[in-house]
Amino acid sequence: MNSRRLLASLLFSVLPLTAQWGGELRFCLHSEPRSLHPALADDDASETVRYLTGGVLLRVNRATQQLEPELAKSWKVTEGGRTIVFELRDGVTFSDGTPFTADDVAHTMQVLMDPALHSATGDSFRSGTGAVKTTVRGKCQVTVTFPEAVAGLARLFDQVAILSKSSPLKERATLGPFRIAEHKPGSYLLLERNPNYWKMEGGRRLPYLDRVRLDILQNRELELLRFKQGQVHFISGIDPELFAQLDGGRARDAGPSLEGEMMWFNMNPGAPIPAPRKAWFASQNFRRAVSHAIRRDDLCRVVYRGHASPGVGPFSAANRVWFAQRLAPHAFDLAEAKRLLALDGFRLDGRTLYDRSRIPVEFSLVTNSGNRARERIAAMLQQDLAALGIKLNVVTLDFPSLIERITKSFQYEACLLGLVNVDLDPNGQMNVWLSSSATHQWNPSQKTPATPWEAEIDRLMRQQASSVDDRKRKAAFDRVQQIAWEQAPFLYLVNKNALAAISPALRNVAPTVLRPQVVWNVERLWIAQ
Amino acid sequence: MRWLAAVLLSVILAGLLAAAWIAPASYSEQFREDPNGRASAAHPLGTDGLGRDRLSRTLYGGRLSIVCAPAAALVAGLLAMGLALMGGLCGARVSRAISGMADLCLSLPWIFALLAARAALPLNASPMFTVGVTFALLGLLGWAGPCRMMLAAVKRHRRSEFVLLAHANGCSRWRIAVAQIAPNLLPLAFAQFLVTVPAFLLAEANLGLLGLGVPEPLPSLGGMLRELENVSAIPSHPLVLAPAALLFVIVSCFHLLVSADEYSV
Repeated sequence: MNSRRLLASLLFSVLPLTAQWGGELRFCLHSEPRSLHPALADDDASETVRYLTGGVLLRVNRATQQLEPELAKSWKVTEGGRTIVFELRDGVTFSDGTPFTADDVAHTMQVLMDPALHSATGDSFRSGTGAVKTTVRGKCQVTVTFPEAVAGLARLFDQVAILSKSSPLKERATLGPFRIAEHKPGSYLLLERNPNYWKMEGGRRLPYLDRVRLDILQNRELELLRFKQGQVHFISGIDPELFAQLDGGRARDAGPSLEGEMMWFNMNPGAPIPAPRKAWFASQNFRRAVSHAIRRDDLCRVVYRGHASPGVGPFSAANRVWFAQRLAPHAFDLAEAKRLLALDGFRLDGRTLYDRSRIPVEFSLVTNSGNRARERIAAMLQQDLAALGIKLNVVTLDFPSLIERITKSFQYEACLLGLVNVDLDPNGQMNVWLSSSATHQWNPSQKTPATPWEAEIDRLMRQQASSVDDRKRKAAFDRVQQIAWEQAPFLYLVNKNALAAISPALRNVAPTVLRPQVVWNVERLWIAQ
Repeated sequence: MRWLAAVLLSVILAGLLAAAWIAPASYSEQFREDPNGRASAAHPLGTDGLGRDRLSRTLYGGRLSIVCAPAAALVAGLLAMGLALMGGLCGARVSRAISGMADLCLSLPWIFALLAARAALPLNASPMFTVGVTFALLGLLGWAGPCRMMLAAVKRHRRSEFVLLAHANGCSRWRIAVAQIAPNLLPLAFAQFLVTVPAFLLAEANLGLLGLGVPEPLPSLGGMLRELENVSAIPSHPLVLAPAALLFVIVSCFHLLVSADEYSV
């Protein structure tokens, strides 16, 4: 009997099933969306709602990471990245029946670039002073011209949900697979199918689902409980400890995500920390020695239960285009660490490391309180560095105090924080790498680059940002990653995997590492009754 | 039941003070091959998420909590008694001022004071210094409740015959406070002390749950309670309840001690 059941379940899982129409998909948002206006979405919850409801001209396919046409049939970037020309689909209508035309694209760009709106999406298009011009030719062609070249221009349109110029519903008229039906702040958001959605399947308009219910729930434990009781269909970005409690059929590991953990030393010369420590932190050998003393494999295995990989650079292997394939994580090598320290005059005496002035090596590492994984990483670093004779004092602070220290008072010595890459393109990291930037964490707001290698990074980042030749851009950013690997201003520790819990009833699911992890193909998801 | 609680508390205290001899491993050593390990001969209570021996951490953590919480309660009690004597003997204005301060202190969200103090500490302060500051703050902020009780008692004693007699015999105000009223406040102060100790133990546990308790690698009962955040994993790893069980027993013992008739107010 058991073997028959096994065979039946195998057949059930292997044989393609006919998609079923209807049903309600349920999952949780972990915070209230800050805005339901597509141009103002700048948090995870708002962006998820925008993804489910908004229609875009071009879409980054979350599985292949390639740009694909959506409401635009084709596009062409000209004038070295200043101009983009879209050829639009004909016969598409908004959810309320209003026709979609080139005028709507022009209107959307006008709204987006309005300085009074303070749109984060609009900010990503700002390339220089001057207005953005849109030229409409007929119903289906529109040209957008920017004051200066915008690197990675076409990909930025993945975030631009088209607004209707003439619909009385304004931004609530959607071109995406769903539209907002009900919103109870703090409780839930109910989306219903867009009856005019332009994608078809077997002669019927997608999506398969009738409704999507997004419950607003911050507690991840409770979310797991609801998932186990069948009240929600999936959980994305689940914690490894909770993930370990799931059975194999429901647990999905999509591999390394774009998120990681890293630490850095305070190299700001004006920081109120003792001079000997500033000298240690400014030394490439010291930073590399610390990096070589860290057992990254242990961090992955113990803290993330194996669902992580050692960090190597600003992008993980999840970023297929920009990940530096030739670089490997700094290996755990105590002998190499001791050799590098000896080059700078450090000496191990008993269990304590001393610098050339016989000052015992000790520094503090700040991180935010309440993040269990980060606190565990800090405790493990404490033991790893003790093997080098370095005393590490772990200080957990509430988040506002931590941000105040690392951005204003600079009263910290080393910091452990996470890295979240929403943008696949390195232009999204310009503010981190440029030495003049206020968020160049290890030494921000430099008037002139403090070191030759920072000057070189500045040059390479500007070079790749102003080029539209993908190969040249890749070569420039590879060199940036190489310099970062050699100089170790950031010690990249781990890249955690994108983990999800998915109900067996949910079909056509192919979780990806990019957000929104599970519902990126929501129009083709269906629920087996 | 009081004697049972006292015996149990004494046994626990003796066990915690003997942690250096009983603990099978260092509280900070990470056995990384065995994280979240089950009970074994090497680790009788299993290991935590980093592979640290849970029994050793419970013993050292319990020791820290059981030493620091009474010390903080003593500070709070002495402060409360001093202010109550001052309020009771220095006239109506002083009494009203102290009552007002106590009300204000009780109504303030003291957690923010602790957060601010924690953020202002030097970064390279040793874990023991941080623990000392945290419990000292708890002690300094915990005077208000006991003080109101004691102030009422002082006012009652002030009108009693033995105080009037001492006053008639020419005793100074401070001599009356120290020699006549303070000894009569001791049973109440002891009861308040027994109530405050578990309150401070739980306060440290709350701070631990926020990640702002005792810093790594020092263990504390409050910090160890964070393992319980993953509620659904408890059935498969019931030994994570060990620190909570110890805290429960200690707090219950204190409550049993204070519930005895002898100290009823």
